[in-house]
Amino acid sequence: MPVSTENMVKVFERPNSLNESQFSYCPGCHHGVVTRIVAQTIDELEIRERTVLVAPVGCSVSMYQWFRCDGTQASHGRACAVATGLKRVNPNLIVFTYQGDGDLAAIGTAESIHAANRGENITVIFINNQIYGMTGGQMAPTTLLGQWATSCPDGREGSLAGYPLRFAEMVAQLEAPVYVTRQSVYDQKRIMATTRAIMKAFRYQVEGKGYALVEVLTNCPTNWKMGPVEANRRLADEVVKTFPLGDLVDRGQSG
Amino acid sequence: MGADTIDKVLMTGNEAMAEAGIRAGCRAYFGYPITPQNELLEYMSAHMPQAGGAFIQAESEIAAINMCYGASAAGVRTMTSSSSPGISLKMEGISYIAGADLPCVIVNVVRGGPGLGNIAPAQGDYFQATKGGGHGDYRMIVLGPSTIPEATEHVMLAFELADKYRGPVMILADGMLGQMMEPVVLPKPVDPATLPAKPWALTGAKGREPNIVTSFYLDPEELNMMDVKRESRYRQIEEQEVRYEEHETADATVVIAAYGSVARIARTVVKMARGEGIKLGLLRPISLWPFPYAPLRAIADRVDAILTVEMNAGQMVEDVRLAVAERAQTPFYGVLGGLVPTPKDILREVKRYAG
Repeated sequence: MPVSTENMVKVFERPNSLNESQFSYCPGCHHGVVTRIVAQTIDELEIRERTVLVAPVGCSVSMYQWFRCDGTQASHGRACAVATGLKRVNPNLIVFTYQGDGDLAAIGTAESIHAANRGENITVIFINNQIYGMTGGQMAPTTLLGQWATSCPDGREGSLAGYPLRFAEMVAQLEAPVYVTRQSVYDQKRIMATTRAIMKAFRYQVEGKGYALVEVLTNCPTNWKMGPVEANRRLADEVVKTFPLGDLVDRGQSG
Repeated sequence: MGADTIDKVLMTGNEAMAEAGIRAGCRAYFGYPITPQNELLEYMSAHMPQAGGAFIQAESEIAAINMCYGASAAGVRTMTSSSSPGISLKMEGISYIAGADLPCVIVNVVRGGPGLGNIAPAQGDYFQATKGGGHGDYRMIVLGPSTIPEATEHVMLAFELADKYRGPVMILADGMLGQMMEPVVLPKPVDPATLPAKPWALTGAKGREPNIVTSFYLDPEELNMMDVKRESRYRQIEEQEVRYEEHETADATVVIAAYGSVARIARTVVKMARGEGIKLGLLRPISLWPFPYAPLRAIADRVDAILTVEMNAGQMVEDVRLAVAERAQTPFYGVLGGLVPTPKDILREVKRYAG
């Protein structure tokens, strides 16, 4: 029997910054959670009409199709350079990039570091799932030691393939960034913390304070070959040991 | 001294092209140091902020061209410059700019190659500029100035063409044009506020549907549609934007085909040859893409030979031969390594085909 919604109160709905289309993320993937948090943040700050998103190459390559704000798509790794160009010629825009670990911390290392070092007044959302998702599970710069991937079939060996790259820590060494943090979304408490962090990162941009990086540890059930529950447990128990959570830099509080 | 108040000035090609860019309404320049184009970057670093525009010395040519992508997507006239090895780095970005239908002006102050080559003038990047360079089916309008005043005019023209056809436009200069000084009459400044609006630009989706700037179309039917649409613009460019100059070709029996700095030298050769009674002419392609196939074909029907002269191992000569289609002899004379041919060298070659 159909349930009448007549006397119900809507307590949860799709953010206004998203359109009706479906995300293309896999079931159980955290991308959807973070993408939604970004949309919610845009709603709360009432900046949809001046936001431009820069989609990367990766699982969120067509992100601009889901948002009700202006958007573009950057070549692999160059999102921070594209964001720089947009923001410099129109400082009134709110510009953010949303990039995976391959895009931001492998092919785009130079652009990502230098945008941070110039203190570009942009927001960088960095999805660290320790693997190349869209291309089918190859090793990422953030892949844990010993972790299996399709291009390190015996597990990542540090002496051959290097070590998990701690990008937030690298950026935290620079003078310009106002906010650098690493968060995760493997449980409700962490989702709330990530929501606060993303809000702060965008708010600092709105206030003209400068560059903010929110690194979010996420899962990839498809390419980790795990169920979502097991993948979440792996994040909480193992991945955080290599990538500790918390704020690394917050220079935005005063002034 | 500010060039902004004086209209006739003595400037290097690099500085003149930079000033012309600002006067064309360019308000975003991103570059990276490389010889022999450094003066363009340096000029922009001093003068672009004064004009209220954005200047960044980027961390690489790759970053610079992608900053151009962003600034152009925001609707601002945008420019970058480099020299051969740096242009190779920009090629991925140029393909994206073409694929996303963004206007952008790129100056290539060509040097000797391949590899690191040297910093002397050369024309070895003709293929890269006119036949692709980056990946995918795209075309780029390429202008080959022969003098500094012309390079200055080409900057202005390049911005107009880039906006009109929504794509990258390259000025293919060389180390000689970049470094040499000449008197230049600077064009009248364009106020960016008076330029036609760009309704596709990313300015924030206020009171309208969101704008998207992308080259990504996963569905083959959709990509095909975008590509076909762009191809029709390319056909329009081929019909409307062919530029060339003919010099003393009316009674010529031999014609030199040359562009850029070499064409300038070839004018001297025409004078020398005519002094010796040799009926020599010059056809100078100004737009290297679209290439002036038809004018060359027309000349080919009435001359014995069209001698292509280039500072490379023979690149534009392939377009000349395509145009001439064996209606006349199409010999080639080239110098490599960043060497510049002397009028005497070229005249000696001409005499092999005259009379």
